[in-house]
Amino acid sequence: MSDRTQPPAGLVGPIPWLRKNLFGSWISTAITLLLIYLIAKIVIALFAWGVVNAIWRVPYNQNGIAQTAICQDAKGLGACWAVIGDKYRLILFGRFPYDEQWRPAIVVVLFVALFVLSTIKAVWRKGIVSPAVRYIALAGAGLILLDNLAGLLETIAAVGFGQHLPLPFDLLAILNTVGKCLLIAGLLLLWPAIGVWVGTLALILVLMFGGILGLAPVAVDYWGGLPITLILATFGLAFAFPIAVLVALGRRSTQLPAVKMLCVVYVELIRGVPLISVLFMASVMFPLFMPPGINVDKLLRAQIAVILFAAAYLAEVVRGGLQALPKGQTEAADAMGLSYWQKTAFIILPQALRLVIPPLVNTFIGFFKDTSLVLIIGLFDLLTMGKIALSDPPWQSFSTEVYITLAAIYIVFCYGMSRYSRGLEQELNKARGR
Amino acid sequence: MNAIVLDKVNKWYGTMHVLRDISLTVATGEKVVVCGPSGSGKSTMIRCINRLETHQEGSIVVDGTELTDDLRSLDTIRREVGMVFQSFNLFPHLTILENCTLAPIWVRKMPKAEAEALAMSYLERVKIPEQAKKYPGQLSGGQQQRVAIARALCMRPKIMLFDEPTSALDPEMIKEVLDTMIGLAQSGMTMVCVTHEMGFARQVADRVVFMDRGEIVESGPPSTLFEAPKTDRLKLFLSQILRGD
Ligand SMILES: Nc1ncnc2c1ncn2[C@@H]1O[C@H](COP(=O)(O)OP(=O)(O)O)[C@@H](O)[C@H]1O
Ligand SMILES: [Mg+2]
Repeated sequence: MSDRTQPPAGLVGPIPWLRKNLFGSWISTAITLLLIYLIAKIVIALFAWGVVNAIWRVPYNQNGIAQTAICQDAKGLGACWAVIGDKYRLILFGRFPYDEQWRPAIVVVLFVALFVLSTIKAVWRKGIVSPAVRYIALAGAGLILLDNLAGLLETIAAVGFGQHLPLPFDLLAILNTVGKCLLIAGLLLLWPAIGVWVGTLALILVLMFGGILGLAPVAVDYWGGLPITLILATFGLAFAFPIAVLVALGRRSTQLPAVKMLCVVYVELIRGVPLISVLFMASVMFPLFMPPGINVDKLLRAQIAVILFAAAYLAEVVRGGLQALPKGQTEAADAMGLSYWQKTAFIILPQALRLVIPPLVNTFIGFFKDTSLVLIIGLFDLLTMGKIALSDPPWQSFSTEVYITLAAIYIVFCYGMSRYSRGLEQELNKARGR
Repeated sequence: MNAIVLDKVNKWYGTMHVLRDISLTVATGEKVVVCGPSGSGKSTMIRCINRLETHQEGSIVVDGTELTDDLRSLDTIRREVGMVFQSFNLFPHLTILENCTLAPIWVRKMPKAEAEALAMSYLERVKIPEQAKKYPGQLSGGQQQRVAIARALCMRPKIMLFDEPTSALDPEMIKEVLDTMIGLAQSGMTMVCVTHEMGFARQVADRVVFMDRGEIVESGPPSTLFEAPKTDRLKLFLSQILRGD
């Protein structure tokens, strides 16, 4: 009896698997051998080019110009990784002041830490929900709002009436900072995950902008490289996702036809135009509609364009999940007396979002790469910085090496996302006993 | 006092008239079994009672509250009326215990510990307390339906509605669910059950209502209705059911 519960020997293990799948017939044996030959040839050639014959360093003349003659000689035989050694700071951090580049470097580390931290389950647990903590967060939000309100009034007065208001702006600015600290502390206690996100993103902006805590201010025009890509993608998706959920819910609303119409028009309008044209509108046309004196920053405009664009696509993905949910689930929730938002938060979204993890991550990855389109409005993301680095005469002919390096950076982030989503799916399915 | 009063209720889906002048009064503590051929409007009627469907004419008064578009009346009756569905409709992403405590915590605003104690007491009553930490997908159909009954009871409803609770079950699991329902009936709950389980109807029902093509054709105590059907439609229906047995 007990031997019969095991599958017969000779059917499991790697060798039977190989025999069955790769050497099953003479055709598949021939194909397998051919492929092994080709793969080996390619790998050996790549290894020779990328490692054995590669040139890692080039000499410089007395003016500091790289002497790339040895690389030119080796072209086709060996890679010239010296271009990366020479240009990596320009590619990664753009024209950020050289002595301050430790700041974008920390920003990149912070982003990676944020992503890694977000994959830890404990971070997403509920924190300490007590009235006192809630008041701390609310007081913080109030102080920030106060300062922004004063700023808004001042802008209106200045633009509309050419007047300045007698408000204590220095004090308000300090209160604003205190408010931000309170809000982050409160959020950290209430919902650790949201606190970590808000705190890290705030810290990232402080490091990039400078101007406080003794950091030299750096204008957005000098930002570039990997931080731009990470900022556009992370802020973009972090803000687009909640908007997308609301739009998807709005589009299915039966009670509010006006909201439904609005959501349909928004999604269809955005989906009907390419991202490039939305970016172009944000950069060229948007300022034409703003009153003079108000200058919304170029990066912010691109960021808003990315958010609006991503939200429309994500909304459709989320809607797919909402539609796949059996009607009985909402009926059961209704019959129990749950309100619309309780039903949505506890029953509908947890199930609908689980269903759409693969297409959701697909869209995330797509947008991570699409951020490189901001090049057309004059922002220097990672890919654009690679191109700029290649415009330096000594290095002009070594684009392969630069693009391989850029591709490797993109792959690290995109593959990370895809691995995480697969793990998440498996874990969620296991928890449900599937 | 009457628990449920339907007075000349009419409902259309588009141009299809699915409920025709339905008048039905269910007294507090009464057990009513509704039967009739498929498509005769049984589900629609029972779903009108907790306003999963809206009626277009006539009036429905549940536990003294008339059902209107007013959201407050909707909240009130949904707390007082529990429903069990043919397809269980448990929430697959929540454990059995979480399924049971969700509404008490969020609708009745009960503290979590109290809600869990309550849920465990009802899970014991339906004889599956040991499954509390599992997910619905890990349970058999009969167990899932008993959880669904416990989940509805956790809201401490005054009225329970059942829409063919045993129709999706394998034969060997029907009895465990019916036994649970019989126990509930003996505790004095007001119940409206759509079911074709004649044995259950005979044992529990105070009254059986026979529906056909959107109308209540006949109603009365189970013995009278089953032994001496007056209309041809009921005779035909009974002969089909009995042949199936
Ligand atoms: N949402 C709906 N839209 C249109 N017609 C429906 C809908 N639900 C039920 N019906 C129709 O209403 C009639 C009564 O259905 P139902 O109450 O489910 O019958 P029963 O439960 O007695 O089998 C059927 O003819 C059915 O096709
Ligand atoms: Mg039915």
